[in-house]
Amino acid sequence: MNRFCKHTFAIAAAGVIAVAGYMASSSQAIAACPLKIGFSMAQSGGLAGGGKQALVSMEMWAKDVNAKGGLLNCPVKLIYYDDQTNPKTVPGIYAKLLDIDKVDFVVSGYGTNLIAPALPVVIQREMVFMGLFGMNNNKKWKYDKYFQILPSGPDPAVDFSSSWFETVMKMNPKPKSIAFVAADAEFARNLKDGAITNAKRLGLKIVYNKNFPPRTADHTPIVRAVNATNPDLFYVASYPNGSAGLVRAVSEVGTKARAFGGGMVGLQFAGIMKGLGPKLNGVLNYDFYVPEPNMNVYPGVEALLMEYQKIAPAKKVDALGYYLAPWSYAYLQILGDAIKAVGSKDQAKIAEYIHKTEFTTVVGKVKFGANGEWAHPRTLTVQWQNIKKQNDLDQFTKPGVRKIMGPAAFATGKVQPFNSLR
Amino acid sequence: MFSFELLINAIVIGILLGGFYAALSIGLSISFGLLDIVNIAHPTFIILGAFFCYIFNNNFGYDPILVGLVFTPVFYVLGNLIYIVYYHKFEKTGAEALRGLAFFFGILFIIEVSLIVFFGVDFRLVQADYIDFKLSFGDVDLPFRMFVPFVIAMALTLGLQYFSSHTFFGRAMQAVAQDSLALRLVAIDPAKIKRIAFGISLATCSIAGALVVIVIPIEPSVGRLYIGQVFAIVVLGGLGSQSGTLIAAMMLGLIESLVTTFFGPSWAPAVAFGALILVLAFRPTGIFGRVGDTR
Repeated sequence: MNRFCKHTFAIAAAGVIAVAGYMASSSQAIAACPLKIGFSMAQSGGLAGGGKQALVSMEMWAKDVNAKGGLLNCPVKLIYYDDQTNPKTVPGIYAKLLDIDKVDFVVSGYGTNLIAPALPVVIQREMVFMGLFGMNNNKKWKYDKYFQILPSGPDPAVDFSSSWFETVMKMNPKPKSIAFVAADAEFARNLKDGAITNAKRLGLKIVYNKNFPPRTADHTPIVRAVNATNPDLFYVASYPNGSAGLVRAVSEVGTKARAFGGGMVGLQFAGIMKGLGPKLNGVLNYDFYVPEPNMNVYPGVEALLMEYQKIAPAKKVDALGYYLAPWSYAYLQILGDAIKAVGSKDQAKIAEYIHKTEFTTVVGKVKFGANGEWAHPRTLTVQWQNIKKQNDLDQFTKPGVRKIMGPAAFATGKVQPFNSLR
Repeated sequence: MFSFELLINAIVIGILLGGFYAALSIGLSISFGLLDIVNIAHPTFIILGAFFCYIFNNNFGYDPILVGLVFTPVFYVLGNLIYIVYYHKFEKTGAEALRGLAFFFGILFIIEVSLIVFFGVDFRLVQADYIDFKLSFGDVDLPFRMFVPFVIAMALTLGLQYFSSHTFFGRAMQAVAQDSLALRLVAIDPAKIKRIAFGISLATCSIAGALVVIVIPIEPSVGRLYIGQVFAIVVLGGLGSQSGTLIAAMMLGLIESLVTTFFGPSWAPAVAFGALILVLAFRPTGIFGRVGDTR
């Protein structure tokens, strides 16, 4: 073989190898498409109201991303299963997502109780895990690839209620005693423990501290027992059924407490707001987004909610979407931005990027601390005021109904004693 | 923190709560207690009834109890149809134990999923003037949100008790639980009696549904919370005894209310179910169960 032939052969061989390599890499890229994000989500059971709401906005995110060309040159596909609001189903779902569906990324379902059982499975695979409304789930694990979108703060259980306590301590005369009631569930107990820390820090005397089972049908005996201790403040950490039950019980039995509420999940849901109507007046509770003028810190949230509210009736989900839709959009937005910035599926690099970056999302600027919780708390304390009608959802879409009491930067009103608004 | 006012109010609420629990359980005392049909979907049928009440209340302003009453024939017919399937596929072939249970589990999921598909998963509440009304006698309050369901539950329970003991079909229902062969000997078809009885059992779900949606907010799966409780009440009362079911429900309601008031709500289920175990230890057939009934 002469020199020319040798060179030609070498070039041809290199060409073949290069083409083969390119084909292999491109076929790998094709095989890796679509980019799959897996999760469990409550589509039935007690938290399905939130789960379905979250899913709608997550699908909106996937649609928006795919309209812009997807991620890593691949369309994004969401793969999810109904966890039935049952923590026992969650490990199996994540094992299936990772082993059978071969998803590229996992994010959590909605709520503390459903995040907790997923964490060990995800930690074992060393994957990035975005959490949706988890309360202190990473406390024991200290997992460096866990990030959580609930704006509780670096010490979530305590920071979550800080704004509530700051608000009530502005009352004149200053409250001296407090009663605690919590649903027997992970989230509510965590929340109550954090609130107790705040109460002790402020020197409040704890006169009642009990949990109640989730299937409690009538809450009036609880309210009466609390009333017997005559607290200045009545802090409740509860899930939707208990929240509605306790608001009704307080309407029937009354209370002399000057503030009632705190960590009541469900009062933000359209169905419950509509049904309870004026019974909500005076309740001082947490929230994350309300249609008040000072909420323009969230760029794009109004457009997102308008789009959500168009879809909601057909999907038979929460008609307003204030509570969860922006946040479930945002936690995927952060993951998507990080994947795009890193340019690969390298879980360690993506986690590192999320740790060091401040993201601009539909819920404003988000920066995570070392434990994956928000570096600075932004839980709102709102008070229900001026609700005139029952069964009228429209009134809740206007400013002035859920006025923001804290943090001070967002405040649109001044806290009133509970009974003065009844 | 004991006070006489707390005690009286706890007793009043306990009795009202007991009435509510009786309404949830009374239909099951027929299907499970008399007919030996483990209708695990009973609370879900109640939620189905509650949704009908919600729809007519929310869209047309009809009173939920009125809607519940109007829908009882629909539930009766539904009960008849379900029993026909159950009888031919399971009971007749002697496969009712496990397969029958699976059948009702299936119905439970079908109803739940159908409700989710048609109505979504939002919590629903009804409106009626009496829901926000209460009477006060000194320090004692009588909230109509609980009192109205209590009155309806009492009427339902006593009506069924009368039906069971004073009518031909009622007695036949009792007889089919004791000896269906003897029933055949007097030319009565046990399957027909059971079909009617199961229809009545399901008809009570329509009324109980109205009471549920008055007392608590509903969503499709909320019935699951009460499965254990309704079965416990039926067993505690004595299988097939309507008056036993009423007394057991009252006991549970009272214990729950008193324990919640004086010791804390998280103890209430433990004490209530502790009482159940204690009663069954001394009376294995339940409070009003027949001695020798080993079902």
